[in-house]
Amino acid sequence: MKYTLSVLVENHPGVLSKVSGLFSRRGFNIDSLAVGITEDSNISRMTIVVDGDEYVVEQVEKQLNKVIPVIKVKTLPEGEYISRELSLIKVGCNTKQRPDVMKIAELMQARIVDVAATSLTLEFTDTIERTETLVSLLKPYGVREIVRTGTVAIEKGAGIARKATN
Amino acid sequence: MINGAQIMVKCLENEGVSVVFGYPGAAICPFYDALMDSSIRHILVRQEQNAAHAASGYTRSCGKPGVCIATSGPGATNLITGLATAYMDSIPLIALTGQVRSDLLGRDVFQEADITGSCEPFIKHSYLVKSTADLPCIFKEAFHIATTGRPGPVLIDIPIDIQQGELERFVYPEKAEIIGYKPRTQGHPLQIKRALEMIQKSQRPVICAGGGVLSSGGKRDLVAFAEKTGIPVVSTMMGIGVMPSEHPLYLGMLGSHGVPAANRAIHNADLLILCGARVGDRAVASPDQITEKANVIHIDIDPAEIGKNMKAHIPIVGNVRLVLGNLHEKTTYHVSEQWTADVQEWKVSLKKQPKRFEGYVEPCSFIHNLSALLQPKAIWVADVGQNQIWSANHFVTTAGRFLTSGGMGTMGYSIPAAVGAKLARPTRQVLAVCGDGSFQMSMNELGTIAQNHIGVKIIVMRNTRLGMVRELQDNLYGGRHSGTILDNGTPDIIKIAQAYHIPATMASSNEEAMKAAKNMLETEGAYLLVCNVSPENPSK
Repeated sequence: MKYTLSVLVENHPGVLSKVSGLFSRRGFNIDSLAVGITEDSNISRMTIVVDGDEYVVEQVEKQLNKVIPVIKVKTLPEGEYISRELSLIKVGCNTKQRPDVMKIAELMQARIVDVAATSLTLEFTDTIERTETLVSLLKPYGVREIVRTGTVAIEKGAGIARKATN
Repeated sequence: MINGAQIMVKCLENEGVSVVFGYPGAAICPFYDALMDSSIRHILVRQEQNAAHAASGYTRSCGKPGVCIATSGPGATNLITGLATAYMDSIPLIALTGQVRSDLLGRDVFQEADITGSCEPFIKHSYLVKSTADLPCIFKEAFHIATTGRPGPVLIDIPIDIQQGELERFVYPEKAEIIGYKPRTQGHPLQIKRALEMIQKSQRPVICAGGGVLSSGGKRDLVAFAEKTGIPVVSTMMGIGVMPSEHPLYLGMLGSHGVPAANRAIHNADLLILCGARVGDRAVASPDQITEKANVIHIDIDPAEIGKNMKAHIPIVGNVRLVLGNLHEKTTYHVSEQWTADVQEWKVSLKKQPKRFEGYVEPCSFIHNLSALLQPKAIWVADVGQNQIWSANHFVTTAGRFLTSGGMGTMGYSIPAAVGAKLARPTRQVLAVCGDGSFQMSMNELGTIAQNHIGVKIIVMRNTRLGMVRELQDNLYGGRHSGTILDNGTPDIIKIAQAYHIPATMASSNEEAMKAAKNMLETEGAYLLVCNVSPENPSK
């Protein structure tokens, strides 16, 4: 089972290594980790997708809370959040195949950001599932390179996961 | 003007530090120079790891965080085992390391090591100081983090140019503000209410007390709660000393190397109250077997310990002393006569008589009898190996302390930790008890003891074996003693002591050992007693 954690951290050098080190050290499986600054430039947010069961995600939460520069950890409740991932996908295609790939891009609402004689590069922002669908549709044409940011997520509604509570 | 090194010293003074343990080097020289102008006493150890162990013994004996100091590179990396030892046992320490110049960081210059990076898994928090102006704030935070919540070591790595940098004036902050660090100390009232109900319904409750009871200062509250309710108490190795050893409700240490009655009680319990214990594998090998039959109330300051190794039915996050105080105040429970009778019966019937080997000291009865000669508040520092198990199960105390490396099991802990303990409590008797294996891991500290006239009493259980592992090889590896025989590789320990002008004797029977022990306790200053123990003597 995949869990998405939203983690607020102090924007200091070394925090990322403290967090990533903790995952490898304690044997937690991390699917993706995305980090960027928040509306407050002293604070960064990490969105971490973890693979595991309830015990694992509870341990991840508790261990993350022990890291001093970690301000708040929240496991986003299933179905209560919006998650997106940005991907750049370079597809090999000649001029003959190009209309087909463009058709797929249009269908899936991916943007074409680079065109070359033997390739097309698509930009796609959506859920992991939709990204997987797009990639499988493009596979027959030859996917040369994929660059993915990892998931970022935000809770639905007016609620915010900002203030430190404990 | 005041420089960074002077600021570091001032910060330590402001924190009430009166003694530090360390080993100098080029990158920490500005600090060492500034230390000359302070009343803080510096104890020069003989290897950096022992500075951390000495600081640990100091902390555990007087409650103030111990400070250890090393230079950059190898000095800093030598500290790691000592810090890891303290981290596993939740001992608050402050480690200061010198570092190469900030502008040279990352270039692999002479004696450069990424110590904040390498210590990451073994410390509560660390700082690499980037500016002299940050020093006061960082020191304030470091002491705050080390000593609050679940205590632990904090490392501050200070490049030499930061130590040399100057500021207009020194201002020490009044308190530390860390947004992500607000440890909870009071147990949640609802959880306490639920715990009281669960205790009320229990038939066969047992308290398991760990190191958290001692570090929270909750010893008195634990005894009061146990006495009011009649609930028997077992302890982990870190919890030894939570109750007077011969208290009728105290059963001893649990676990694979523990007292049979303690284990019997745990396995027959229908309620286990874990207090400041993390259920390590040596204490409880198969937690599921226990939770099949028993409910668990787990009290700990660190929420991550609750549910980590053992399922908890009622988790209570908070300071163990405060929570036990709450439970004691509100409970009206008392155990049944039947349960008390069962437990008392096991205490007698499961007691084993140690086997004696002719021509040798039998360590279990020696430790038991020696305990009776000690002052009530004596501090016993056990090393690691068979000697640790003998000490853990046979040291008898009322108000003394038992210090050992419980979690990490670091050999060589006892002598430096005893040095720290004696400096923290100069008027108390402090004993370091080790084997001839662990003695050889830190015998260089005899130099520290001799130079600073530190009156620790050292007892070496000499069996010319690495006895604990040898025993394991007997039990699991068909008696093939690979790498565990010291034989004549164990030196003449008496001569070594004499080389440092430390009086020493050897004993080869319990009668001789007791006579020598009396002499040892009457002798002013340090003393070393070698007890010849049979290689065949088991750990229990």
